Amino acid sequence: MAEYQNIFTRVQIRGPLHAGVPVRRGSWEREGKPVFSYLAGIVGNSQVGPVYLGTLGLVSLLCGFFAIEIIGLNMWASVGWNPILFVRDLPWLALEPPAPANGLHIPPLNQGGWWLMAGFFLTSSMILWAVRSHQRAKALGIGTHTTWAFAAAIWLYLCLGFFRPILMGSWGEAPPFGIFPHLDWTVAFSLRCGNLYYDPFHMLSIVFLYGSVLLFAMHGGTILAVSRFGGDREVEQSVDRGTASERAALFWRWTMGFNATMESIHRWAWWFAVLTPITGGIGILLTGTVVDNWFLWAVKHGVAPTYPAVYGHVVDPSLANGGK
Amino acid sequence: MVRITIPGIALLGAFLVAIVAVLTFQRPPVDVISTGAPGVGMQILYNPAKLSAQLADNKAPPALPQINAGPAASTVYKNVQVLGGISTGAFTRIMVSMTQWVAPKQGCTYCHVAGNFAADTKYTKVVARRMLQMTIAVNSQYQSHVQNVGVTCYTCHRGQNNPSQVWFTGVTPGSAPGLAEQDMGAGLPTANADGSSLPADPFTPFLLNADPIRVNANTALPEGDRSSLKQTEWTYALMMHYSTALGVGCEFCHNSRAINDWSQSTPQRVTAYYAEGMLRDLNRNYMVPLTGVFPAALKGPSGDVAKINCATCHQGVYKPLFGAAMAGGFPALEGVGTSAGTVAPASVGMGAGSLLGTSKPGG
Repeated sequence: MAEYQNIFTRVQIRGPLHAGVPVRRGSWEREGKPVFSYLAGIVGNSQVGPVYLGTLGLVSLLCGFFAIEIIGLNMWASVGWNPILFVRDLPWLALEPPAPANGLHIPPLNQGGWWLMAGFFLTSSMILWAVRSHQRAKALGIGTHTTWAFAAAIWLYLCLGFFRPILMGSWGEAPPFGIFPHLDWTVAFSLRCGNLYYDPFHMLSIVFLYGSVLLFAMHGGTILAVSRFGGDREVEQSVDRGTASERAALFWRWTMGFNATMESIHRWAWWFAVLTPITGGIGILLTGTVVDNWFLWAVKHGVAPTYPAVYGHVVDPSLANGGK
Repeated sequence: MVRITIPGIALLGAFLVAIVAVLTFQRPPVDVISTGAPGVGMQILYNPAKLSAQLADNKAPPALPQINAGPAASTVYKNVQVLGGISTGAFTRIMVSMTQWVAPKQGCTYCHVAGNFAADTKYTKVVARRMLQMTIAVNSQYQSHVQNVGVTCYTCHRGQNNPSQVWFTGVTPGSAPGLAEQDMGAGLPTANADGSSLPADPFTPFLLNADPIRVNANTALPEGDRSSLKQTEWTYALMMHYSTALGVGCEFCHNSRAINDWSQSTPQRVTAYYAEGMLRDLNRNYMVPLTGVFPAALKGPSGDVAKINCATCHQGVYKPLFGAAMAGGFPALEGVGTSAGTVAPASVGMGAGSLLGTSKPGG
């Protein structure tokens, strides 16, 4: 009897290799000869390939390559083309957006122009990939939920790096490319706007993010727990409940009085995941444009509580000395 | 063929996690001291192992016994421009102490010419005189920052000829040739901002020039504050320097829920504020004018003089030398009986007489 009671999948299905349903006329062919992989089988399906590339996929990969190339070469140049420093300092290296004084003009390449160009190619790459996923879904006759979920992530990306800088009138408001630099930028963003945690849309985004994690764990746990009764056949059990589905439902009704269904749990998860970047993007767009200090905003609307002034009366010394 | 197994992967993962943990984590326990209202997370963290090492490294040396005998130093010695008004006993005591603080190995001749102590031939003597004036200025004009603790030469020098914690303008990486992006101030690991990729030199704009440090709007809705995110990153870098230089977290001064709100800040933030103006004064009026006096080997990559920031005195401790009130044992260093701040810095090699002639004591 197959076992599912493990972190890793211990069952590897190895039927005959298959290329999938026939593609429509006029399409590209799927690329590559499928193979079985033991390692892939630990975390997913053991069959790897074939891959459908297509025009959109090809252009998307090219755009992504250009973006990574521009970012990488600028980072390498910033350490004087030293390969050892490039590897050692890679997490710190950055491709920075133009200076605020530049506004929304197109700057010279070495003063942020490369950043703008890398952003263009990266955005093109992601949007083309989203369209490609839409087309592949249509070709298989399935729904386009994945495309729209990806579009939600692109929305947040564009809010940070495109829409908000335009609303603020400066490309300099956008995040840099780089591992630590974009994290430092994120903290600076919260510091500048008076604490992003008081932004209600940031709060919503966190709720949906943590909620997604919770739902993911609840759902994954439930299905694994009833898999010995065939609970992993969850899609057909949406309309034809069996003992696994009934037991899973009863477990949650016993523990919290209410349960999702085999179908609705997936809608819950999808909406929680998709609403995370959607609400987050709204929160970003409001910051600096219509709210400049979220803490003061929260005080104004009775959100931020007051605590006893245990440090006594601390006053801005620049006011005490007549502005100096 | 090597077969990669699940336990093998797990072992490798555990090994990597262990390496990261050993190299980056502090050994527990960590002492937590809450300073704010209950529940607000205003906590100062101390690691006892680190703290005991710091306590050992930051001890004030024993002071020489007080002497206050003899006529005024200027009546006995030539070319005494700053400490001329104090007794020869007190004067000698300070001179010997300065030797212990700054040049214990080289002795008097680190600054003085043997046989002619009055000569200003050595650059070290010209620098020492200016630094003496600076010490007096810090102790007498900036009590808003140094309070009753004060500073002596030892606060920065710690028995070394040159203080170990100084800064130079413009960490310019040999980077960005041709069309590639020029140095935008950030993007290389910088010890100045706690190893982050924040701007590498937050000192030139804020502790030499007086660019605005504050970037927060004081209104809920936008009413004209144009501080940019890039500006914020510079301020953030400066604050990370404060943090590492004092060995404290943000909440030593700020309430993190409203970083810019003074009414929720601790009194330490006010003390830190006064340091900003003090450091600008010291760097502009004491260090920069000495640029021509120092030999090139002691200058920065762009030929600028070594300058002062929080770490120069604090050296990782919230109060230099854990608050040992060293200056109190040397009234002259607090300005008693001295003529501080009146002598303009001069170049080396001028005769003693010419220096005397150009100075205008008093005032």
